[in-house]
Amino acid sequence: MRGAKLLQYLILGLILVAVPLVVRSAYVMQILIMLAIYGILVLGLEIILGQTGLFSLGHAAFYGMGAYTSALLALRLGWPIWLAMIGAIVTSALFGAALGFPVLRLRGDYLAIATLGFGEIFRMVMNNWNSLTRGPMGLPGIPRPQLFGRPFDRTMYYYMVVIFFFIALFLAFHLCRSFLGRAFRAIRDDDDVAEFMGINITKYKILSFMIGGIFAGLAGSLLAHYITFISPDTFTYVDSEMLLAMVFLGGAGTVIGPVIGAVILVLFPEIFQFLVQWDMLVIGVIMVLVMIYRPQGIWAEDIRWPWARKADPALAAQGK
Amino acid sequence: MFLQQLINGIMLGSVYALIALGYSMVYGVMKFINFAHGDVYMWGAFFGLLVARYTGPHFIVVLPLTMLLTGLLGMAVERVAYRPLRQAPRLVVTTSAIGMSIILSNLALLLIGSETFPLPKLLSERTYHIGNALINTTQILVLATALVLMAALSWFVNHSRYGKAIRAASEDRETAGLMGISMDQVVSVTFFVGSALAGAAGLLVGMYYDAVYSTMGFTAGLKAFTAAIIGGIGSIPGAMIGGVLLGVVENFGASVMSSYRDGIAFAVLILVLLFKPGGLFNAYIYQKRV
Repeated sequence: MRGAKLLQYLILGLILVAVPLVVRSAYVMQILIMLAIYGILVLGLEIILGQTGLFSLGHAAFYGMGAYTSALLALRLGWPIWLAMIGAIVTSALFGAALGFPVLRLRGDYLAIATLGFGEIFRMVMNNWNSLTRGPMGLPGIPRPQLFGRPFDRTMYYYMVVIFFFIALFLAFHLCRSFLGRAFRAIRDDDDVAEFMGINITKYKILSFMIGGIFAGLAGSLLAHYITFISPDTFTYVDSEMLLAMVFLGGAGTVIGPVIGAVILVLFPEIFQFLVQWDMLVIGVIMVLVMIYRPQGIWAEDIRWPWARKADPALAAQGK
Repeated sequence: MFLQQLINGIMLGSVYALIALGYSMVYGVMKFINFAHGDVYMWGAFFGLLVARYTGPHFIVVLPLTMLLTGLLGMAVERVAYRPLRQAPRLVVTTSAIGMSIILSNLALLLIGSETFPLPKLLSERTYHIGNALINTTQILVLATALVLMAALSWFVNHSRYGKAIRAASEDRETAGLMGISMDQVVSVTFFVGSALAGAAGLLVGMYYDAVYSTMGFTAGLKAFTAAIIGGIGSIPGAMIGGVLLGVVENFGASVMSSYRDGIAFAVLILVLLFKPGGLFNAYIYQKRV
C-alpha cells in the first residue's frame, strides 16, 4: 500500500518535472503558473473559510497586500526577491491578525460584509496613495527573481511556483491533521462548545486569519514577480467572490477540494474561450447551482471515488 | 456650505434608505443578507431608462412601471436562487445570493454594456435658493418621492393584511406558518416590495446624477446595507433613519477628504458592526413591533 502511494507521488512528480520539457507553448505554461498561484491562494481561504468557518469576502485584499508589499520592497528599497517575499508573507500575516482582531465578534454573513468592507478600503487606499503605489496607474517593472545573475525564464518560474504550491499543500494537509486543524474545525462546527472544551477562540480565529494571510501573501508575491505589473484592479471584490466560488465548488472543509475548484474555475474561461465575456456569468450560475444541488461541493466526503474505495476500512469491513 | 451639504446629504440618504429597506425587510423575514439586492437596484435604474425611452419622459408613468418591473425581477431572483434553499443553512443561502449578484451584474454588462447612459430628463430643471444653498427640482422630486414611498411602506407594513403577515413572519417563522400564513407568499411579497423600492431608488439616483451604468449596484448596495445596519437590521424605521444619517455623514466627510468618499461609508459600516451590531435602535425591540 505504502509503496503504491509512493509510486503515485513519483509519477506525479515526474510528470510535473517533464511538463516544461514537452510543452513548448508559452500560453499553457502561463496557465499552469497561474493555476499554482491560485492553488496556494485558495488553500489559504480554505483554512479561513473551510476549516474555521469564517466567511471571509476580503481574501483578495490579503493577496493584494502580499503583491504590493513584495513589489514595493523590491522596487523602492531594492530588497532581493527572496527577502521581499518573506516581507510580503509577514505583512500579510500581520494584516490578517489586524483584520481578524476587530471582526472576531461577528459571525456568518455579518463577517462576510465586514471583510468585504475591509477589502474595498484596502483597494481604495492603494488607489489613492499615489506617492507610494502610483494609484490606478499601478506598479510596472517589478523584477523577476534571479539565479547567477540571470532572471528566471518561464520554465524556471514554473518549477519555483510548483515547488511552492506543493509546500503549501503539504503544510495545509498537515495543519488540518494537527491540533490546530482540529481546533479550527471545532470552532467551525460550534464555537460555544469549542470554548467549553477549553479552546481559546480568540487566539485560534486570529491564527486562522494569519495563516490564511501567509498563504495569500506568498501567492501575491509570486504573482507580482511573475506578471511584473500590478494595479489595484487586480485585487477587487470580484476576485474575492471568485475565490469563494472555488472553495465552495470544490468543497469547503476538504483540502484538495478547493484546489480542484481552483483548477476548474481557472481552466474554465481558457477552455471555453468562445464564451468570451460570459465566463463570469457562468461562474455565478455555477455558484447558485452548486448551492442548490450540492452545497458540500464536488469533493465532499460522501463521494467514494473508484480508486479510493479499497482504502476505506469501513467499506472494506462490509466486504465491498 | 453647511446647509448645502446637509441638503445633499439628506437627499442622498433618503435614497439609501429606500434601498436599505429591501435589505432590512428580507433580513427580517429570511434572516440572511441578500447580496443581490444592490444589483437589483442597478437593474431598477436600467428598467427606468428603458421605460422612459418607450413611454416618454413622464415621471408619474415611469416610476410605477419601473417599480413593477424591478419588483418582478426581485421575485424571480427569490424564486430561482433562494426558494430551493428555504431549509438550508444561512451561509448556503448567502453564497447563493453572492452567485446571484454575480449573475445579475454580469448580465447587465453583457446585455447593456459598460457605457454610462444618460437618463432622459423627466422634469423641467429649475433651481431655488434657500439661504445661500441651492436646491433644484430634481432634488426636491427625489426627496418627495422617497418620503411618499416610505410613508406608503409604513402604512403597508403596519396596516395591510400582507404587512401583518410579514411582521408575523419576521417575529417567528414557524409559528407564523402554523397560524396559516403561507411562507412562500410572504417571502414573495417581501421581495416584491423590497425590490420595487430599490427600483424606485435606482430611477431616482439615475435622474439625480443623470447616469446609469452596470457597476452602480455594488457600492450603492454596500452603502445601503450600512444604512440598514446603522438603524438596526430588520427594523424598518431604523433603515430610514440610518439611510439619512449615512447620507449626511458621507457628504460632510467627503467635503473633507473627497477621494475616500466611498471609504467613509465602509469605515462607518465596520465601526457600527464592531461597536453596535444591533444598530442605533436595538433591532430586536423593533422587530417585535414593526
